[in-house]
Amino acid sequence: MPEAHPAFQFVDLRQQHDVAQLGMWVFLATEVLFFGGLILAYSAYRIGYPEGFAEAARHTKIVIGASNTAILLTSSFLVAWAVLIVRLREGRIAALLLWGAAALGVIFLVLKGVEYSEEYREHLIPGLNFALDGPNAGAIKLFFAFYFVATGLHAVHVAVGIVVLVVIGIRARQDAYSDRYHSPITVAGLYWHFVDIVWIFLFALIYLPGRAP
Amino acid sequence: MTRWHPPRILLFSWAGLLALLALTVFGAYQPLGWFNTGLALTIALGKALIVLAIFMELRERNALTIAFAGAGFFWLAIMLWLALADFVTRPNFPPGPPMMHSDSTPPPRS
Amino acid sequence: MSGKNYLTVKYSLRSWFFTTDHKRVAILYFAGITLFFFIGGAAATMIRLELATPQGDLVSSDVYNRLFTMHGVIMVWFFLIPSIPATLGNFIVPLMIGARDLAFPRLNITSWYLFMAGGLTTLYAVFVGGIDTGWTFYTPFSTMYSNSHVVLAVTGVFIAGFSSILTGLNFIVTIHRLRAPGLTWYRLPLFLWSLYATSVILVLATPVLAMTLLLVALDRFAGIGIFDPARGGDPLLFQHLFWFYSHPAVYIMILPGMGVVSELVAVYSRKAVFGYKFVAWSAIAIAVVGFFVWGHHMFVSGQSVFAGLMFSFMSFVVAVPSAIKVFNWTATLHKGWVSFDAPMLYALAFIGLFTIGGLTGLFLACLAYDVYVTDTYFVVAHFHYIMVGGMVTAYFGGMHYWWPKITGRMYPEYWARAAAILIFFGFNMTFFPQFILGILGMPRRYHTYPPEFQVWHVMSSVGASVLAVAYLLPLFYLGWSLFFGRRAPANPWRATGLEWQTPSPPPEHNFEEPPVVTREPYHYTITGEAVPQNA
Repeated sequence: MPEAHPAFQFVDLRQQHDVAQLGMWVFLATEVLFFGGLILAYSAYRIGYPEGFAEAARHTKIVIGASNTAILLTSSFLVAWAVLIVRLREGRIAALLLWGAAALGVIFLVLKGVEYSEEYREHLIPGLNFALDGPNAGAIKLFFAFYFVATGLHAVHVAVGIVVLVVIGIRARQDAYSDRYHSPITVAGLYWHFVDIVWIFLFALIYLPGRAP
Repeated sequence: MTRWHPPRILLFSWAGLLALLALTVFGAYQPLGWFNTGLALTIALGKALIVLAIFMELRERNALTIAFAGAGFFWLAIMLWLALADFVTRPNFPPGPPMMHSDSTPPPRS
Repeated sequence: MSGKNYLTVKYSLRSWFFTTDHKRVAILYFAGITLFFFIGGAAATMIRLELATPQGDLVSSDVYNRLFTMHGVIMVWFFLIPSIPATLGNFIVPLMIGARDLAFPRLNITSWYLFMAGGLTTLYAVFVGGIDTGWTFYTPFSTMYSNSHVVLAVTGVFIAGFSSILTGLNFIVTIHRLRAPGLTWYRLPLFLWSLYATSVILVLATPVLAMTLLLVALDRFAGIGIFDPARGGDPLLFQHLFWFYSHPAVYIMILPGMGVVSELVAVYSRKAVFGYKFVAWSAIAIAVVGFFVWGHHMFVSGQSVFAGLMFSFMSFVVAVPSAIKVFNWTATLHKGWVSFDAPMLYALAFIGLFTIGGLTGLFLACLAYDVYVTDTYFVVAHFHYIMVGGMVTAYFGGMHYWWPKITGRMYPEYWARAAAILIFFGFNMTFFPQFILGILGMPRRYHTYPPEFQVWHVMSSVGASVLAVAYLLPLFYLGWSLFFGRRAPANPWRATGLEWQTPSPPPEHNFEEPPVVTREPYHYTITGEAVPQNA
């Protein structure tokens, strides 16, 4: 394995690493605001239609939601571990951890698909087959519009993350990273943890309201 | 090949996150009124902070990185605060059909 | 060793379209936004022609709606927002901080492709029939009722948004991490402070626009009624989301202009900018406080009175840092060796026009007065004074100032001064009558009007013709100078910044030796001699 060299615009690897880190954090700040627009829409309508949103949330599948939360938290743990261990030149183990995290991501998406198909059967998809009646139907429709946009965009982020983790895993397996050079895996880890954080909030907003008697 | 096991702090964080998950699901089923929402969001915030501080190693980063990590949330707070200030003080929100503008007829022209 | 510069190092088309050199990306951007500027300008010309008479005799009202929408969308997203950051900023930022390139060169060229893809998508929407919603895409008209190509246009803006984000991200990281040794924050030229503040807005506001447009497109496709009051949605939610981006976007447009003017005022007064730290921090203050004021676009929309009061107050607050800048520029001129080269004429025009635009903004921040002039030509005049009188003027000023550095040629000074003066008069003639029209009660976005308004509209249209000629002039004499202009020395204006301490045009990686900064910017001796930052 040849020693890593900084790209031409950098003085050294240290600077390159700092740049990659800061770049990812700035990108994540934009992501917060991207999902933030949705959070505002959700909050406004939840304030406007408290009962409708409570009723709508009871239609969501909390078992799948909670399992998916546990799955993502665990995958984040694996990635955090991989990021630490790769600096100790344990590329083989790091690769296994990353691929494990990617596999958990796949399971997450599969469960999400199961959930979507159940919601399809229950006629809960606005713009496709939404068919609920009652005084809260309009609010429930708004809730599910938020639900599908938010979880759909999140799923896209998960899918991107899976690809990234697999590729970074291959590079780790080839012992590309070391204590001196590990920006790609660190930055990929930041992204994956962020996807996890988004889900933590989505879980609280989507699955938990309206459960108490 | 003896250093492969995870650092204790990662294990504790992971266990803590799963415990918080269990707590928040449990809490959601308790009849606490408006505090259900508060509890859910507080626990979510706690979980996010654990991920940020430990998994994302923010506690080891310099002030600049922390500032940018916080900036997104700070600006989100600005947006939520000012926009929701409108939604909670607007008399005709939500705009229920059929007549939602009954109280805002234009003033007579002189 | 005087070898090849960035223009002569390679000649193939491939070397341009797959370049990662920030200087070449800047040139690509320059070509792109010039195209969009003249397309948007063509729409404006049609609008002013139509308004020369009270009747709708040139276009139908439907076509008129599409004209002003196209004018707004193209000018805002495909000219004003990228104008200074993506062209001058792209070219100058690494040079000013003594770096070999931006932090992410490949993201930089990606951002250009996204920009062009977005722009061409929007142009395609125009060619297949256009959109009639106004540049603000207000709901539920845009989501439910409009029969025009909303989704296509929105998609174009959405794509271009990502190019903004990438540019902002690149600048933030570059300014933080790639500064030359010795270049501390308080040694940064003010142009960089401005662009930094701009980048913060780009990065934090644009994603909200992306989400908003996504919801509009989804609502239009699926008919969910997210923003439709008949189905429980709230149109004001759209306005909150939209203006959370679009008001700060005004500062995206004006802050880089302020940065350019700070540079110009110092060079052509042979003096350090008065109150450097105040000017620097006021840029940051504008960027932050600018996020607290968006509701002043919604005073008559039906938002709550409480929110209106809050936004009104914050709108007054945000005027303070802008005023600080104007006072400091003026104080810089005091006892300076002021010379009236073309860039300085633009800078002085900026200060005057921006002041008028800013002060009329205070009228609009007043809750009661705003009710009177909302949606009239007063508003139109106000924001054109900021965006055209301010931003476009600064853009031309900066373009002239850095032209020798970018192209290696001097522009013809006589023609440049003539164009600057013509722009100033043409601009005022176009837009000052619109203040009066607004106060008289002429609403915006109508293509017919009562005959008593005609005199003002004719004045405005005549001014617009002058302005059109004035904007076309630089295209010719700058184009001429590319081939026949005098060769530019490294530092024709005897300025202090690092960008002037390398040959014109710069070599491929900017500096033959990495500069080391030893002093603050704008160091001019008592006799007006420049002391470079790395001397």
